[in-house]
Order: sequence, then structure tokens, then C-alpha cells
Amino acid sequence: MTAAVHTPTSEPVRFWSRERKVGLAVTVAGVLAAFGFGALAGDQPASFTLADNTSGAAVSINGLLGAVLFGLLGAAAGAGLWLPGARRWFGALLAAGIVAVVGSFLCWQLSDSALNIMPLGQVAQGSMRFALPLIFGGLAGVLGERSGVINIAIEGQFISGAFAAAMVATLLASVWAGILAAAVGGLVIAALLAVLAIRYLVDQIVVGVVLIVFALGLTGFLFEQLMRQDPSRYNQPARVPTWEVGLLSDIPLLGPVLFRTNIFVYLALALVAAVHFGLFHTRWGLRTRAVGEHPTAADTVGVRVLGMRYRNVLVGGVLAGIGGATFTLEATTNFSKGMTAGLGFIALAAMIFGRWSPVGVLLAALFFGFCRALAIYLGTIGSPIPSQFLNMLPYLATIAAVAGLAGRVRAPAADGKPYVKG
Amino acid sequence: MLANDHIDLTVEPGEIHALLGENGAGKSTLMNVLYGLVQPDQGEIVIDGRRVECHAPQDAIEAGIGMVHQHFMLVPVFTVTENVMLGAEQTHGGPVAALDRRRARERVVEVSREYGLAMDPDAIVEDLPVGVQQRIEIVKVLTREVDLLILDEPTAVLTPQEIDDLLAVMRALQAAGKSIVFITHKLREVKAIADRITVIRGGRVVATTGPETSEDELAAMMVGRSVSLAVDKQPAQLGEPVLEVAGLAVDDERGHRAVDRVDLTVHAGEVLGIAGVQGNGQTELVEAIMGLRPVVAGTVSLRGRSLAGRRTKQILHSRVGYVPEDRSVDGLVKEFTVAENLVLNMYDTEPFGTRFMLHRDAITKSAADRVARFDVRTSSPQAPAATLSGGNQQKVIVARELTRPLTLFVAAQPTRGLDVGSIEFIHRQIIHERDVGTAVLLVSSELEEVLALADRVAVMYRGRIHAVVPPDTPREEVGLLMAGGSTSGEPA
Repeated sequence: MTAAVHTPTSEPVRFWSRERKVGLAVTVAGVLAAFGFGALAGDQPASFTLADNTSGAAVSINGLLGAVLFGLLGAAAGAGLWLPGARRWFGALLAAGIVAVVGSFLCWQLSDSALNIMPLGQVAQGSMRFALPLIFGGLAGVLGERSGVINIAIEGQFISGAFAAAMVATLLASVWAGILAAAVGGLVIAALLAVLAIRYLVDQIVVGVVLIVFALGLTGFLFEQLMRQDPSRYNQPARVPTWEVGLLSDIPLLGPVLFRTNIFVYLALALVAAVHFGLFHTRWGLRTRAVGEHPTAADTVGVRVLGMRYRNVLVGGVLAGIGGATFTLEATTNFSKGMTAGLGFIALAAMIFGRWSPVGVLLAALFFGFCRALAIYLGTIGSPIPSQFLNMLPYLATIAAVAGLAGRVRAPAADGKPYVKG
Repeated sequence: MLANDHIDLTVEPGEIHALLGENGAGKSTLMNVLYGLVQPDQGEIVIDGRRVECHAPQDAIEAGIGMVHQHFMLVPVFTVTENVMLGAEQTHGGPVAALDRRRARERVVEVSREYGLAMDPDAIVEDLPVGVQQRIEIVKVLTREVDLLILDEPTAVLTPQEIDDLLAVMRALQAAGKSIVFITHKLREVKAIADRITVIRGGRVVATTGPETSEDELAAMMVGRSVSLAVDKQPAQLGEPVLEVAGLAVDDERGHRAVDRVDLTVHAGEVLGIAGVQGNGQTELVEAIMGLRPVVAGTVSLRGRSLAGRRTKQILHSRVGYVPEDRSVDGLVKEFTVAENLVLNMYDTEPFGTRFMLHRDAITKSAADRVARFDVRTSSPQAPAATLSGGNQQKVIVARELTRPLTLFVAAQPTRGLDVGSIEFIHRQIIHERDVGTAVLLVSSELEEVLALADRVAVMYRGRIHAVVPPDTPREEVGLLMAGGSTSGEPA
């Protein structure tokens, strides 16, 4: 035999790697923040407190100094992404960069306001509150899409969950019955989606949109017919109770967010952990992912493709329905027409931003929630920035993520494709 | 449609049984019946004297039948271990069924050692070469403790060296007492390994015979008449250079360099054949020439004029004909009629249409002519292309591209998956096109086809033109080049 000639197959090394691209963006943002926010900074000191009101102990920093310092920190984090071996620290450095730039921004805002003490606890609790439905919805999306079914009807599952929760919790005077009813409400929409998409191969996006319109219409009709006529009988659910977890609830900042809160938060966090473990460490998860990536391959080794898909979409519907209950049993205590306001779609955005992973969904939902909480907070201190701009931020971030800025975002290969044997 | 008509097939324990037949003869249907993917209308399957019913792959696996599919059934983003364990997962038990990856990994290592199928159990499948992916498929089947393995066209994507390795593995499996059904249309391999050979044609068993049968006899049985696989042609009359490619670099979808500094010249009146195992950059090379894929570096010129920045349509209109490698996705609009498919490259040009209008009459009339001339078997020129067989679909594409004057004809995998009759026809058309002075660039992963048609053979390996050799170079030597080896003779 003649010796084989082998050319190396290693990938061509690209100068503009992901780390370098993102690093440059973060550095530029940091420098702009340092100069821009620094120049705009007012004469008040910027003060931060971990509590959820402005009366506690606070840390203060000169506005100009803070804006510049945080901006430069952000720039440094971005520069760090250019160091060799940055790949391993990508997430941490990116997060540090973003936090620093946000810090710089806040120093400017606070130094320019009469209410210059920022209660971080309040914003943190707000972030979790806004994130809550997104976590449930995003997990529902993950379950569906990992098995190859696009569940765009999360919005519909939210609204029917919200309605069922309000109605049943009022009628039976029990929030627990309400949560159960919400799960059933989500399940019904999911079952329609599953049958039409999996059994009858109808386009999943079209079915999803139709189901949303159906759910909005039906709940709106029932609201007019029943709830508006007699709110005290049909539409006055109690709020879910708040539970404290012993001493943990006294931890500054995180305690009130994670350990002195309601059943939904505990449930959401437990579900993130459970879905993560299930998806990546159990037989169910392996099969779910196989069905979402290469259903024929799964079929040929005896995995029941359609069965897996039904199961996942239905479980997703239950989760999204419970997510809907947060609207009427936690955020408010009554149902109103169209109250989910498109958050079902935002949950899908959180799923994409979180790269189809449960932990990613959690982080993305918290980020979205933070942006919203921050927008509201800035409104209360009379910030000159229109709140719409901050409310836009999560979606700009999602577009950037989808465009590949935050790394390769790849949907399951068979996502949205009906499976037909043979 | 009746794909299998009263087929009887008996496989003995420890036997390698070749199932030989043309594309479309019904081999794969038969095996899909065995594997529970397709339900038979009548007949039965008996294993060790026991009648079994295979309604789903799970039944076949339980009955001891395992199948390695022609298109690998591996999840690309999973590791080797995950792919092997899928469907028969090792778990810690209980309702949670947490995966026991350590035990699964040990099993992969154990089986791959036992049969000499080297692999890294932790590698991600999409990063591995096809030869290794096939080994994973075999290990996957073996871990399920089957007695009968069905290998469906296993050699289609392998280099000659990998084929030798596979044959050795098959012998090892045979020695371990496994029975193997080896589906193929390649006579050489059948002769090399089979204990018995069943030939099927048109869904029926023609004969069951032994390996002593000659290749010519087998070919005749397969096709139903005697065939000469050699192509009748005169020496090429070389003209001016038509297509010149210099220093060409092209990336694939994932941004990896697929074509790396390729230089090529195709002259008028010659067939330049590109040999190589699938996935060595041929697809990207052709797509770059046709303006379907961005050129990273280098130049492509047609008769001295650069094609840089020209759109595919402009290239087609500069007298370039193109047969894409995937006829059902890139070659045809399957829902369109045969007549419409025949004008896909000319629909807005007289006589078929103007910028705003189609001339239906001219299209219909031309379609009738061309359907007759190229022997396209269709119920009508107005039938949807999807209703045609693969061979006839390909004839539609060839008819579309060759019924206008060309200076360059680019044919990628022009006969893949076709029956012998269609192959012969298309080969004759290619040689005819060459003889009227067109430059022909032929890309094929069937080495026999390249050697039969080409006047010069360029071997592509890992994105480079590894060597250019005359077509009378011994098959084994070209095979070695395809695997990246070098020959004593010409420099690479």
C-alpha cells in the first residue's frame, strides 16, 4: 500500500470568531457608555440599595464617576473576550459586560433625578413577576419544539388558562382548583393543536394562529356573557398565598425574590430544573430530542414518534395553562379580555433567546422581565427616556440573538415538520 | 403500485445473501416489509420456523432483525453513545428512567471491540466521516443482539478502501454466526462476498444463484437483456479551453472550506470527469461554477470572460447547461407539468414567452417533440413531473438542458439512482453533446461512470483536485487516489 496523504481537516480558523465579534460589540458599547452616559450624568450621586424601598442602607457613587467606571468595566469585559481561551468564559464575560453597561446607564439616570436612590430589591421582584408567565410559556415551547411541533398557540393556552383559573377559583373559592382548571384550559387548546398538527398534518403556524384567535374570542365571549354580568360570582378569585422558606427568605435581594414568594415561582423554578433533567438525562428526553431532530431515525429504533409528540405538546399545554393562571391569580385578581397581551409570543421569543433549553428560557425570561421592570422603575423617577424604548429592548436582543450575535442558535432539525411514515 | 410480486427469499444462518437488482426493482421495498416499515398485502415471514408479524420496526428488532439503512438513521447532534442507545436505553430504572450513560458507553466500546469497529463513543455524529457513521449504524444494530442484518446499499457512499473494510466486517459478522442480507446493484461486491445471490427484477425473483455466476450473466439477469456497460465513443477532438477555474475556494453551509484552491480547465469537445467520494467538495464546486454559491477566492471564467458576480440565470443564458445533482429538489418543480419543467430555463425567452407572457402553444408543442425525442415515458406532457419515475424525470431535465446550443454542459450525478436503460440513454446523450463540440464537466461518485465517459479524470479529495489521470488508469489506482493516497506515477 502507498502511504495515504492526509491534509488536515481542522476547521479554517476564522479571525472574526463569535467571541471576537461579541467582544468588539461589548467593548464599543462600554466605551460609548463611559463617554455618553458620563457626559450626560447629572450632579446627584447615584445610590443603590438592596432593599425593596428607599429607606434602607444605600451605596452611593458620584454619577459621572459611576457612569465612566461602569462603562470602562464593560469595555474591559468586552476586551476580555479577545483573550485566548475566552471561549470558556464567554457567558460570564458577556453577562459582566451587559451588567456593567446597564450599571453605567443607571448611574446616569439616577444622577439626573431627584429620586436618586434605586431599590434593587423592588426591580428584582418586578423582574421575577414579569418573567413568571414567560417561564411557563417558554417551557411549553421547549417541550413542543424539542419534539418537533411548533406551539405558537401558547398565547391561546395562556388566555384560556387565565380565564379558567379566574372562573373556577371564584366559583369554587379555591385558588388550587383554579390552577387545576387553568392546566385543563391549556390542555384543551394544546389537544386541538396536537390533533390538527400531528394527526391531520395541518400547517402548525396556521393552526396555532387560528387557535389563538379562537381562544381569545371564546374567552372574550364568556367574559361578556358571565363575568361582566356578575363579577362577584364569576370573576373575583383570591390571590395565591405567599410562602416563606425559613431563614432563606431573609437573604438580602434574593430572599424576597426566590424564598418569600408565591406557589407559581416555586413551581416555575422546579419545572425548569425538572424539564432540564428530563430532557438531557432521561429516556424520555433522549427520545423527545431524537423525535425532534430525526424522527425517521427514532422510528426505526422503535420509538413511537407521534406518541412522543402528542405527549410533549399536551404536557406543554398544561404548563402554558398554568402560566395563564399567573395572570388572574397572581398578577391581578380578575380576568379581563385579551389580558395576556401577546406575552405568549414573547414566551416563544424567550425560548429562542434561551436556545431551546429550559435554563436558557429561565435566563431569557428574567432578562425580559428585568427590562420591563426597569422601564417601569425609570418611569417612576421621571426619566426622560420614553418607556417604550426600554420595552423594546428585549425584542431587539432577541433579534440580535436570532441573527447569531450571541452564538449559534439552531432549532431542532425537524421542528415544525409533520412526520409521515414511509 | 405492486413493488413486490410473490417474492420468495430464504436466508440460511451464517450466510451472506446478496439481493441484487436495479434501482426500482423492489429490493428496498422487500426489506422494508421485513423490517416492519411497510405492511405486505399477502405472504409471510418465518424466522427459525416461527411465523412473525412485523407491524413496526420494534417487532422486527424483537424478532432478531436489524437494518442498516441506505440513508443513515443517526441523529446528527447526538453522540455516538446516544445514537446507539436510542430506543433501547440503559437506564437506572424506575418511572424516571434516568439514562445510565456509563453503562451505555461500555456497551458501545464492548461491541465495537468485539467486531473491530473502531469509534469514539463520545464523538458527535455529525462531525464524523460517513465511513464511521456506517460503523455506528452497524454497532447500533449489533447491540440489539440481532441474528439477521440487512445492509441496504451500504457501499454507495464509501471509498473503495472503506468498502474493503466493510467487507471485512461482514466476514467477521458471518464468522460470529450472523446472517446478512446485502442489498446492492454493484456486481463486483456481490461476487466478492456473497454466498448466495438472489436477483430481482420488476418486483419478481429472477433467479437465486451462487457467486460462481459471471458478472455478465448477473447483469443480464438484473436488466433482462444483455448489457454492455462500456460506452461506445471515439477519441475526443479537443478545442479551445471553455471553462477555466483558477484558485477557486468555496465554503459549505457551515462555513467550512469545501473547495480549496481548485484549478480546472475544460476544453470544447472533451468530457472532464470529476471522480471522488461524495462530500469531498464536488457539490460546492459545481454550485460555485453555476453561481449558486458564493466564491470565496479565485476565478471562474467561460471562454475567457469571468463569471464573477453573474447570476445563475445569466450563466444559463450564456449557453451553459446544468443538471443538478438532486433532481427532485433542484432539478424539477415536481408539481409542475412535464411541459412546464421543460421550459424552466427558457420560459421568458422566445419562442416560449416574453417578459410578461407565456406562449402556451409553443411550450406544449415543444414539449411533445422533446418527450418523443428523449423517450420520456409519461402519460402526457401535461402530467405533473412527480408522476414520472426517477429515470424519466432525469430525462426531462436532460431534455431541457440539451435542446439548446451549449458551450458548456455541467452534469452532476446525472444517473444517480436510475435504471440501466436510462443510464445508457443519458450516457449516449452526454457523449453526443461532447461530439458536437460542447465542453462537458461531469461529476459523479460512481467511479465506473467517470472512467467510462471522461476523457480526463480529475480526482477530488477534501476539496482539492488531488490528481488528474487518463481514463484508462486502473480502477484500483483511482480508488486509492479517491481515498487521498498517491500513485507512483503522476504527481498530484
